[in-house]
Amino acid sequence: MQTKRTIFSSKILPYWLILPQLAVTLIFFVWPAGQAVWQSFLREDAFGTSTEFVGLANYVAILHDPGYLNAMIVTVVFSIAVATVSIVVALVLAVAANSLLKSRSLYTTLLVWPYAVAPAVAGVLFWFMFNPTIGLIPYLLKGIGYHWDDRLNGTDAMILVVIAASWKQISYNFLFFLAGLQSIPKALIEAAAIDGAGPGKRFRDIVFPMLSPTTFFLLVVNVVYTMFDTFAVIHATTQGGPNQSTNILVYKVFTDGFIGLDLGSSSAQSVVLMVIVIALTFIQFRFVERNVQY
Amino acid sequence: MVEHRPYLKLLAHLVLILGVVIVAFPVYVAFIASTHKTTDFITGVMPVLPGSDFLATYKTVLFSGLAAAGAPPIGMMLGNSLIMALAISLGKIVISILSAYAIVYFRFPFRQLAFWIIFVTLMLPVEVRIVPTFKVVADLGMLNSYAGLSIPLIASATATFLFRQFFLTVPDELLESARVDGAGPLKFFKDILLPLSRTNIAALFVILFIYGWNQYLWPLIVTTDSEHYTIVMGIKRMSDVTDAEPQWNLVMAVAILAMLPPVLVVIFMQRLFVKGLVETEK
Repeated sequence: MQTKRTIFSSKILPYWLILPQLAVTLIFFVWPAGQAVWQSFLREDAFGTSTEFVGLANYVAILHDPGYLNAMIVTVVFSIAVATVSIVVALVLAVAANSLLKSRSLYTTLLVWPYAVAPAVAGVLFWFMFNPTIGLIPYLLKGIGYHWDDRLNGTDAMILVVIAASWKQISYNFLFFLAGLQSIPKALIEAAAIDGAGPGKRFRDIVFPMLSPTTFFLLVVNVVYTMFDTFAVIHATTQGGPNQSTNILVYKVFTDGFIGLDLGSSSAQSVVLMVIVIALTFIQFRFVERNVQY
Repeated sequence: MVEHRPYLKLLAHLVLILGVVIVAFPVYVAFIASTHKTTDFITGVMPVLPGSDFLATYKTVLFSGLAAAGAPPIGMMLGNSLIMALAISLGKIVISILSAYAIVYFRFPFRQLAFWIIFVTLMLPVEVRIVPTFKVVADLGMLNSYAGLSIPLIASATATFLFRQFFLTVPDELLESARVDGAGPLKFFKDILLPLSRTNIAALFVILFIYGWNQYLWPLIVTTDSEHYTIVMGIKRMSDVTDAEPQWNLVMAVAILAMLPPVLVVIFMQRLFVKGLVETEK
């Protein structure tokens, strides 16, 4: 691991410096994570009076649970939809903003602020706008003959949470795409233009390939975002319904653990999620390392 | 750009204006709703033009609270959110800069191990290990307290990494000359490293403040008495009335108030915000 050529030789001081962070990490991260792993091998009744070691039974149980498999599928659909929508919209906006020199920063300001809006608040805003009785969007949809009801129709509910979750993420993706676009050497674009490539061709053959590291990075970040940070969006709107159609994995961990009080199953689900996050983080790091040279 | 194509420029403007309108629309709708009376939402579709109850609505939510919905005045929730956001952001910065200093400028047994333990936290969002973390906090008697709201969230590997990366770019000559001049580790930290890190600290603060302010699940489960409600979770309790439609004008006013502080931070500190965002993700 990298350090400085010259260092201080104090023996005790570094421990004091690192102690606060290490203490918080051990008490509130490592210990609970260990507990989750340990709990996932146990079966406890809802009152915590008796506990028995059941090995992998909790894992076997969740893998045979149709509700869990449903949550997996819902999570995959949700993540891919949110990542696609927010990446495509952000890319279009970033390309447009990048082509304007004078008004670029004004548009940036007008587009990035939703990043600061809490996912829960975003959820409430869209819950209101799509409210089947008084909401504006269902009213407009009725005009074209579509009866919107996110409280009964699973597809409508999914569309609602995808829009609410993407809305927040567009600003984030936009900033990264704009930075990516600005790091493309102007000479490349100019050379292509001299060779007679029009704007569409230049985008397809030069700009988009040059952006692929950024796009890949954002894909991973957005999937992580939808898998974990969107808990609040779901909780503030559909609460996993109707009929579990928006019940994502993180939401299920919460409901099974806190409301269902099924600690063994909830812990096993936590462990599965941890494995997924670790895998995604690993992919992200490998990618960033590879990308540093480039 | 390489060539002059006025129609492309026009198209870019149109796309961006459309984007801004779509992005701003939900907030516009919320604001409009907050300027109407509760009764305006009983029948038909919601209004699209401002009403006349702007002052009345905001006065109600800020000072008298929503007794019917069982929520305390918003003023108190805003205060709680501010305390939590500041505690989380400042706490994270302090513990991270100290541990990064230890890791970069000292060599000590178990340094590698300590680094890896901190690194692991990067991978475990609080949502994933929510039940056991709740248990630990409950066992420590930290439910319904500011400590319980903030301390479990202040350990973060990202801030430590950011400071570590930055310290590694600080020239070694600075330390050497400081040592020649007889400065000890604490003096070097205070008089040289800390002033050099100012921009990084500020950028990180912007990002962490937003992170802290927007916490939802954690405050939702560790606070049960309304004294410690934060605004982002409080809004949910308000829109969740049983057997009735929520008082939308009040709920939307609270939503506007809940998003205002972090949005203003982003708008007025945009440079720092962008720097913080890009660097914490590297």
